[in-house]
Amino acid sequence: MASLLRNSGKITTTAGLIARPGFQSGRGFDLSSFSGGAAPFSAPRRFQTTESDIRVDSHCYDDEISQKFSVLGGKVPYSSGMRFTSELPEEKVPCYRVLDNNGQLIDSRNFAGISKEIAMKMYTDMVKLNTMDTIFYEAQRQGRISFYVTTTGEEAINIASAAALKIDDFIVPQYREPGILLWRGFTPQDFANQCFSNKFDDGKGRQMPVHYGSKKLNYFTVASTIASQLPHAVGAAYSLKMDGKDACVVGYFGDGGSSEGDFHAALNFAAVLEAPVIFLCRNNGWAISTPASDQFRSDGVVVKGQAYGVRSIRVDGNDALAMYSAVRSAREMAITEQKPILIEAVTYRVGHHTTSDDSTRYRPLEEIEWWQMARNPLTLYRKWLESNSWWNDEAEAELRSNSRKELLKAIQVAEKIEKPPVGDMFTDVYDAVPSNLFEQEKLLQQTVTRYPQDYPSDVPVRAVPSS
Amino acid sequence: MWGIVGQRACRHGSSAMSLQGTRPVIHALRSFSTAAKEMTVRDALNSAIDEEMSADPKVFLMGEEVGEYQGAYKITKGLLEKYGPDRVLDTPITEAGFTGIGVGAAYHGLKPIVEFMTFNFSMQAIDHIINSAAKSNYMSAGQISVPIVFRGPNGAAAGVGAQHSQCYASWYASCPGLKVLAPYSSEDARGLMKAAIRDPDPVVFLENELLYGESFPVSAEVLDSSFCLPIGKAKIEREGKDVTITAFSKMVGYALKAAEILSKEGISAEVINLRSIRPLDRATINNSVRKTNRLVTVEEGFPQHGIGAEICASVVEDSFEYLDAAIERIAGADVPMPYAANLERLAVPQVEDIVRAAKRTCYRSSSLAATA
Repeated sequence: MASLLRNSGKITTTAGLIARPGFQSGRGFDLSSFSGGAAPFSAPRRFQTTESDIRVDSHCYDDEISQKFSVLGGKVPYSSGMRFTSELPEEKVPCYRVLDNNGQLIDSRNFAGISKEIAMKMYTDMVKLNTMDTIFYEAQRQGRISFYVTTTGEEAINIASAAALKIDDFIVPQYREPGILLWRGFTPQDFANQCFSNKFDDGKGRQMPVHYGSKKLNYFTVASTIASQLPHAVGAAYSLKMDGKDACVVGYFGDGGSSEGDFHAALNFAAVLEAPVIFLCRNNGWAISTPASDQFRSDGVVVKGQAYGVRSIRVDGNDALAMYSAVRSAREMAITEQKPILIEAVTYRVGHHTTSDDSTRYRPLEEIEWWQMARNPLTLYRKWLESNSWWNDEAEAELRSNSRKELLKAIQVAEKIEKPPVGDMFTDVYDAVPSNLFEQEKLLQQTVTRYPQDYPSDVPVRAVPSS
Repeated sequence: MWGIVGQRACRHGSSAMSLQGTRPVIHALRSFSTAAKEMTVRDALNSAIDEEMSADPKVFLMGEEVGEYQGAYKITKGLLEKYGPDRVLDTPITEAGFTGIGVGAAYHGLKPIVEFMTFNFSMQAIDHIINSAAKSNYMSAGQISVPIVFRGPNGAAAGVGAQHSQCYASWYASCPGLKVLAPYSSEDARGLMKAAIRDPDPVVFLENELLYGESFPVSAEVLDSSFCLPIGKAKIEREGKDVTITAFSKMVGYALKAAEILSKEGISAEVINLRSIRPLDRATINNSVRKTNRLVTVEEGFPQHGIGAEICASVVEDSFEYLDAAIERIAGADVPMPYAANLERLAVPQVEDIVRAAKRTCYRSSSLAATA
């Protein structure tokens, strides 16, 4: 039976913005009743000597001469008590949250504030993203597109993080972050064109659905490889650093991605290079059917930051205001201090991994429904908007209806647009088209023209002039 | 000396055949010129990288030991001192990490030169080389270009065993989106390195550890900072009319020695230095085979699916009627490289192997199958 929680029975939440563990908890949030049984391991135990106190020698620091040659880079206290650091901290790293379950500000002192304009756009974009997911998922089920990946449950992470960044900040996504493109201006038609891989797809029909990319919007094209984008993010950040730009890079990944070698290399390297990059982990509890408890045995992903010398924070990923606040601060730190920051956004993957997955086969329906109801990012945020009298049922109905119409129309239009011309198959392999591909294309054009009965009628055979 | 002629031929777009006409000119030049300058391959690479870093501030170096240690094989000597730690980065030990970071930097507009201590270690980073570098321009429909160079020693050295001796030419050359270069002489090293750094596509640059210390004559033109060789053009190192021998990297030297031995036995061999593995200069190879009607391909790497296999396919497809004998492939033994000196010698091609193969194509000795 899978554990709901990331390796725990208890995550404390705190209303204060903290970047280090050890803060006194506010209210505890006990979800152990949803793990459906004992947590896979008991509370952390510390290996202690039989004496009540660890005795530390009075001249406990290294002497001056050996300090100079220390491989540890400075003062290290010595101890005559043999103490193993526990595999888990005494208390789990607290999770920063701004809104309570009723969408009320827990502690207004710890929230920097947000303009109404941005606050409203955040909500409308979250709704548009949610609607897009529903409609495109249905389109896949109807056989109109081959594949789709939903972001359901993670709308706050997508939109709020995008809202906290600027257009010059480079985005290096995994594949569950289309909301950032949405925020930056990618239209429903743009999304649909890519999913239908028609001739208006910016990607020239080269990739599977949801592999969006936009140079204009500073969003690196989605690649299917897991976590390979994290070292890329560091490299791009290094480029920004060399240019002295007032911008950072944000690399997104999931709990599963944190197991990849690339994650470790990226964090380690970013710290050494002092690169202005934010590593944003969407810990949604599941990597296809692998629960987080089978993915790692640490206290989530946030503690790995300190292992590499990277400042980190754990945030409630379903709280849009907390996400906005944390990413804003992280950006400030990354750019002014020129260092990497790790954000672990704790959330839940409400939808299936992709349209090729049926997650009810490996997790209980009650678990999915609980997150959908009790910690729905849209519902929570909407309550806060309504408490400010910025939103109401009418506006909701209108927004939902308009979004749905717009998206359905986008699909209908995208479906009818021609596929990319055959010539597009041979460009962009290299900067300039090499002679062998020139010949192959000519041969193909000739063959298709000569034997049209062997080829689908909707494959346009017009030659594309080479650059 | 060949360097000047080669350059003229390139510029005027003339084929290899026109070299005949300019021969007397070279002899004339020789009698008036001072002794040709010699340069090691190591210095050729160092100077090429230095000049390109000086010309373009976006070019930077990354790799293990490239900075303070001056390079594991001293190829990057002096560069840290000259350009500073911002442009010459000593990396932690993570090929996957620094290759990915290099690719990311290239995505964003820098021009990294990533060094692998040997290409054997590039296997730890091969996902980034293939999936992130080679394919990105295509997958992003031209929005993301990757002007990166991956360089380092490739193939067998001397007494370094199985995990340090593999040749990766055919692995990388099979992937569209990559360009793969293999220099032999100092002129090759300078010209191809500069071309690689300036190229907007990802380039895999396969050097050879044993060639680093070898000296070759270089002309004034080669020493000029604007010198550059075209990617995708092979070089005819020695003209001949009886058999074509193709080779790259260290094997070019072996092929030239074999040609010398063959000439004493009345066989005139034409030696082609491939220089560029992808794109392969099929035109030069086929033109040569149409002239000589016989072909021996030479490589150090494993035989199956190797460079020779691709050359054979190309010649069979394009010049089948011109072949007077079956093509001979000389390659390394189909075993992981052994360490003991006697075994190692048997596992890589030697000059005698090339000579015997050339003779077999000329019917001067029976094929191995016939004598079995």
